[in-house]
Amino acid sequence: MSTTLALPFAVPRRRALPGFGLSLGVTLLWLGVIVVIPLGALALKPWELGLHGVLAVLLDARTLAAFRLSFGVALAAAAIAVPLGLLFAWVIVRYRFPGRRILDAAVDLPFALPTAVAGLALTALFATNGWLGQPLQEWFGWKIAFTPWGVGVALLFVALPFAVRTVEPVLRDLPADMEEAAATLGATRLQTLRRVVLPALAPATLTGFALGFARAVGEYGSVIFIAGNMPMLSEIAPLLIVVKLEQFDYAAAAAIGLGMLALSFVILLSLNLLGRALRRGTA
Amino acid sequence: MTASDLSRRALLAAAPALAAASAAAQGAAQTLLNVSYDPTRELYREFNAAFAASWAGRGNPRPTINTSHGGSGRQARSVIDGLAADVLTLALAYDIDEVAERGFLARDWQRRLPHNSSPYTSTIVLLVRRGNPKRIRDWGDLLQSGVSIVTPNPKTSGGARWNYLAFWAWALRQPGGNERTAEQAVTQLYRQVPVLDTGARGSLTTFVQRNVGDVFLSWENEAHLALQEFPQAGLEIVYPRLSILAEPPVAVVDQNVDRRGTRVIAQAYLEHLYSTEGQQLAAKHHYRPRDAAVLEANAARFPRVELVTVDDVFGGWQRAQAAHFNDGGIFDRIHRPGGR
Repeated sequence: MSTTLALPFAVPRRRALPGFGLSLGVTLLWLGVIVVIPLGALALKPWELGLHGVLAVLLDARTLAAFRLSFGVALAAAAIAVPLGLLFAWVIVRYRFPGRRILDAAVDLPFALPTAVAGLALTALFATNGWLGQPLQEWFGWKIAFTPWGVGVALLFVALPFAVRTVEPVLRDLPADMEEAAATLGATRLQTLRRVVLPALAPATLTGFALGFARAVGEYGSVIFIAGNMPMLSEIAPLLIVVKLEQFDYAAAAAIGLGMLALSFVILLSLNLLGRALRRGTA
Repeated sequence: MTASDLSRRALLAAAPALAAASAAAQGAAQTLLNVSYDPTRELYREFNAAFAASWAGRGNPRPTINTSHGGSGRQARSVIDGLAADVLTLALAYDIDEVAERGFLARDWQRRLPHNSSPYTSTIVLLVRRGNPKRIRDWGDLLQSGVSIVTPNPKTSGGARWNYLAFWAWALRQPGGNERTAEQAVTQLYRQVPVLDTGARGSLTTFVQRNVGDVFLSWENEAHLALQEFPQAGLEIVYPRLSILAEPPVAVVDQNVDRRGTRVIAQAYLEHLYSTEGQQLAAKHHYRPRDAAVLEANAARFPRVELVTVDDVFGGWQRAQAAHFNDGGIFDRIHRPGGR
């Protein structure tokens, strides 16, 4: 401080907005208490089993089946949620019709609803005696509840709002003159959509996919009601963690948790890198 | 591990101060936390009121008794992780053993109260649909082709473990029955299970409201509750000829009552379960009372079934758990690809 006062031409070292030290401190404290310490404990716990023991838990046929189901269906649900979400955002942003606001608000319901309630409702709907389950079973012979398809329905439910809410603000801010310019230059509507609108939305879409996937892969509350929970067939990885806990096997439960965390991290990181490449491409 | 150990140590360090405080507050109304399992909700709601009245009648201030319900294993874990339960009233001894293993109560807890510390018992019965269309009379009828069975996952549900063991005990009793044939029978049984819910209540919902399955393997008291809850469903209870004596045990959690100064009232609470009033309440809620006179008075509500015990057939809960339900146990083999 005294040096800056002594040199009248020196640029003051103070930042435009005060409170950097305090705000960073609070941020780090919160992050530490809420994220780093719990995840750190999770990362330490499995090694009580030793490397061999952790690998034995993770490479067990039943664990692998659960991972395949959880990650496979979560990726599929996110992939289905993205085009649906895009369509939904398009309808809400580009058109004016009665009930639009109600529709807009309804998108967020899966965020707010306790997942157990969602699971019960979906199960009641898709069970073979349910409103949707019964016709599907009678007309097509499809069984949704208590099969891996049921897992897909539940995960789609929790992933959908992410796909809508990430795309919607970008679509809203997309200047209309870009589309008008495309039209004056002789582009067809399909060309405008494909060459102008969709590329601008691509990074947001990818974020929606990543968030939807991340939310779906860890989902437990709604899935256990509708999945049937048969080992090797419709048992999700989070349920396997609960199974280990029921046996008071904390270390094995943490090992599966750590496995899920690592795999999710790799997937989210690759999506992030892909998003960065996309953004550089469109810029 | 480190974080929870730290917090536990902090709690222990604070213990003497708390004990002193509660000693100073002697004469003030006490609170008691009973950590129980799912189907005892109705029983303890009534029993808590009865005990509070009886305790107040002995010249004490009227206590506040709270009961927490949930899956038996999860409840035991909450106590291990620091929930300050004064008494445990769980579905099976194995869960209390696990709490004792971690030093919360004496290892020989099960010898401290009469009848293996189980003031009431129950058993496993078969709940079938209106008119019993598949003509299920005993365990053997479950293995007919086309019979679909609903039971929760024994890995996550205490009640489901009793179901499994009851069926195993029956299979052993069949002509030429041995461990190998019993395993085959159990494998066949679980092949006919379309849904494995995580708990008994979830399974009951699947059976009654989702209309899945022909027969539901149930606690006796849950079966009666289902008849009351869903009178329009026309469910019927089938008593098998042989079943298992389910002994839901109770115990005082030494470490917590000593810290909170609640040992006397906690002990009295559990002993009251053995009193005539406690036994009558148990019978009212379809738990089989231990007291011969109370059982006699309710004989019509508890049909005679030959009951075997976990100790006799399986050599105790620890061994049953290790052989059947732990990782790599017999239950795991059922769903293994290429498993027998």
